Amino acid sequence: MNLDAMYQEIILDHYKNPHGRGLREPFDGESYQVNPTCGDELQLRVRLDGEQVADVSYTGQGCSISQASASVLTDLVVGRSVDEALSKLAAFTELVKGRGKVEPDEDVLEDGVAFAGVAKYPARVKCALLGWMAFKAALVQAGVDKAREGAEIS
Amino acid sequence: MTATPLRAALDVAAVRGDFPILTRTVRDGKPLIYLDSGATSQRPRQVLEAERAYVERSNSAVHRGAHQLAEEATDAYEHARERVAAFVGVQPGEVVFTKNATEGVNLVAYAMSNAATAGKEAERFRVGEGDEIVVTEMEHHANLVPWQQLCQRTGATLRWFGVTDDGRLDLSDIDTLITERTKVVAFTHQSNVLGTVNDPAPLVERARRVGALTVLDACQSVPHQPVNLRELGADFAVFSGHKMLGPSGVGVLYGRRELLEAMPPFLTGGSMIETVTMERSTFAPPPQRFEAGVPMTSQTVGLGAAVDYLTKIGMGAVAEHEKQLTEAALSALGEIDGVRIVGPTTADSRGAAVSFVVDGIHPHDVGQVLDSLGIAVRVGHHCAWPLHRRMGIPASVRASFYLYNSVHEVEALAAGVREAQRFFGVGK
Repeated sequence: MNLDAMYQEIILDHYKNPHGRGLREPFDGESYQVNPTCGDELQLRVRLDGEQVADVSYTGQGCSISQASASVLTDLVVGRSVDEALSKLAAFTELVKGRGKVEPDEDVLEDGVAFAGVAKYPARVKCALLGWMAFKAALVQAGVDKAREGAEIS
Repeated sequence: MTATPLRAALDVAAVRGDFPILTRTVRDGKPLIYLDSGATSQRPRQVLEAERAYVERSNSAVHRGAHQLAEEATDAYEHARERVAAFVGVQPGEVVFTKNATEGVNLVAYAMSNAATAGKEAERFRVGEGDEIVVTEMEHHANLVPWQQLCQRTGATLRWFGVTDDGRLDLSDIDTLITERTKVVAFTHQSNVLGTVNDPAPLVERARRVGALTVLDACQSVPHQPVNLRELGADFAVFSGHKMLGPSGVGVLYGRRELLEAMPPFLTGGSMIETVTMERSTFAPPPQRFEAGVPMTSQTVGLGAAVDYLTKIGMGAVAEHEKQLTEAALSALGEIDGVRIVGPTTADSRGAAVSFVVDGIHPHDVGQVLDSLGIAVRVGHHCAWPLHRRMGIPASVRASFYLYNSVHEVEALAAGVREAQRFFGVGK
């Protein structure tokens, strides 16, 4: 096994210098997600401006994969329309659940493509999706009904 | 050093030869270093062969039918019960086979709920408002959640012993925690996280004085040290087959005979009855009363073979070997800057589950690096979330050793932890 394939520099960079971290006010939806097998936690807030994702703020503790994934999430969805954010959510979920067989589109997932290595380790999929599932649940709480559909964590 | 002859009692190379899985490689050809026996142990060929022989020759439903196979199956099942009972120093009639230890704890907790509507003989099992159930902060969820639930169903109150900073049970408030109101004291014999071995004596004595029942979680002790449940004096005890070289799908609930005789059933149906009419039923004596339905049989036969295997090696030798591994692990990990042992840092009154955290690296990531080197450990909270909160950590890495592990593997673990530090750029 090649550790470097899983822990790509991009992931370690996001882990050590996370983007968008911290809980901010005001917000329209909030979610607290926990991975019951390992105790990783993430609290995430989303603020909407009409159809735009105006801000995503979060705090939590967990492994490099879960924390880096939340950091990448903020890069990918903040400033985008809700529809674009949901399509990135779908693409990211497809990638990490793909057992290494899904070819990621860098135009869509940007730094998120670095999680292709994680996809080969089923035990780490939940880590990679923790922040994304929190984002999805926070959107639902903010009244975005269409966020109810699609990806589930397991 | 006078201990040398004793320490030669267990021939690790010979033991390893009995475990086919230990010869395999993982993650691109790395020899497997299995340090997760606290979660589940591996099975020797003798256990696999006993299961296979049973299925190939005698497989049929236990306690049913008049044919030869039924007779052989029943004998195999009951013979396993006898050997398991002897292994922990109790009578066969006091051994109930369950799916696992978790089911054993639930069996007692639900029987206590059911006592509310059972006859007068079940009175001592009744729990209600004003009653208290006492556990400890170092319990596995399996010996905590069923008691929380029993309290919710009955209105009883849950109380618990704390844990000291060095991972020992804090019994300083024993007289105020275990009182006339206490109905059950449930505690672990050996922590699956800290490795701490608790002396049951003070808890059993105090519980007896106030008339409370004791339930001992022996999942991590029975596989690893000589245990005589009669001498320990607990009223009930549970342990699992798959943690002691046996198959998954079989566990044991021990109960003192007079208690099992008075206790109402948990699961009801076939096998556990005495007479049945359309209106009502009466129940079989224990242990059958607590074994509803066709029981697991090849698993039980496998557990019997596991007990034979452990007996042949000698539990004293197993414990001595594990003590040597524990000392080596505490020393090798303790020497690494940035590694903190969660639990006692000496091998006194301590088993071979060694949990630790590495500064600057999440346990999940430590586990991933170790896995890449072929080393299997557990990461997370190991089904003891409140304990991790108490120790001030969200999760930990746990290496747990058994009779087939070697000092060489302990050294590989320590080298792996250093490799994780190098990879993540922390430590020296």
